[in-house]
Amino acid sequence: MINKEFFFKGFKSILAPDSPALALGCCFIAIGALLKNLGFNIQESIFSTMLTYALPGSLVMAESLLVGASLLNIFLAVWFVNARLYPMAVSLFPLMMHKSQPKWKYYFSCHFIAVSAWLIMKSNYKSIDKKHRIDFWIGIGCATWTTAVIGTFIGFYASDYLDKNMMMGLAILNPIYFLCMMVGAMKTIQITAAVILGLVLGPIFYFLSPEWSILLGGLVGGTIAYFIGELNVN
Amino acid sequence: MSTSVFLAILVTSLATFSSRFLGAISSQGIKETSKLFKWFNCLAYSTLAALIARTIIFPVGVLSDASYLSRVTVVLFCLFIFFISKRNFVYPTVISAIMMALLSNYL
Repeated sequence: MINKEFFFKGFKSILAPDSPALALGCCFIAIGALLKNLGFNIQESIFSTMLTYALPGSLVMAESLLVGASLLNIFLAVWFVNARLYPMAVSLFPLMMHKSQPKWKYYFSCHFIAVSAWLIMKSNYKSIDKKHRIDFWIGIGCATWTTAVIGTFIGFYASDYLDKNMMMGLAILNPIYFLCMMVGAMKTIQITAAVILGLVLGPIFYFLSPEWSILLGGLVGGTIAYFIGELNVN
Repeated sequence: MSTSVFLAILVTSLATFSSRFLGAISSQGIKETSKLFKWFNCLAYSTLAALIARTIIFPVGVLSDASYLSRVTVVLFCLFIFFISKRNFVYPTVISAIMMALLSNYL
């Protein structure tokens, strides 16, 4: 089963001074308020955050519902914006794989893949023994997931007291926090090039195809960054 | 719970979980020292950076009502705070919310 010591160590990592709890919670407060304004009830709002647990996907769903998009359109729009989770999973799970750990832990905990938990794990995994990294990861995931649900709950009930300017303030928190975290992660040439190229190419590809811009920006930028890093090593 | 909202939530979660689950499955045989892992690591960072840039420059939701000038001002000022505060994550994050709320009110 799950090792309690490492689970709680991961869970408590969200209390660190540089933890994303504040940014994550505030953004889900904005999501909770947005969902209420769209006509969701409290059960639907909580259910949405629990099952989706990905901010851009929730925003796209809300926007799609607003314009009366079909279920297929919603699926494709969300898939495009959340396909980033695939490379995030592939670049994280090999760090946690251990033959003594059951497979169900990996399949269950992949739901916790999100920018906040991913960045916490990426910056802490070296300090955890490989055998227990998956338990540590489940702890981080449960903490960030709980924060998101609580944020949605607060946002739903606080929506009447939040004006448009306050909502904008809450909405900018997350991208600013993640931008700072990404800049903070630029410690090797490969990662530095990946971040800079992604920041530049993402918006450029938006003019070619808004749906594909994130994936194309990531694919092209990441591949160029990989070769820059390899050339530098050689 | 109305059927349409319920189905929209299910479809959204399915679209999201599929990427996560496929990632977990296909990472089974990848070693952390392999070139494939390094490439996926670059893809992940680059894709996240592309998402952040798109969220700020071409936002959806309430941020789309904020002026381009106010968004750029907040980003540049917060990056400045991030560097002068010795890479502290909390100060720029908190300042960004206050600054955005004020700028959207007055700009």
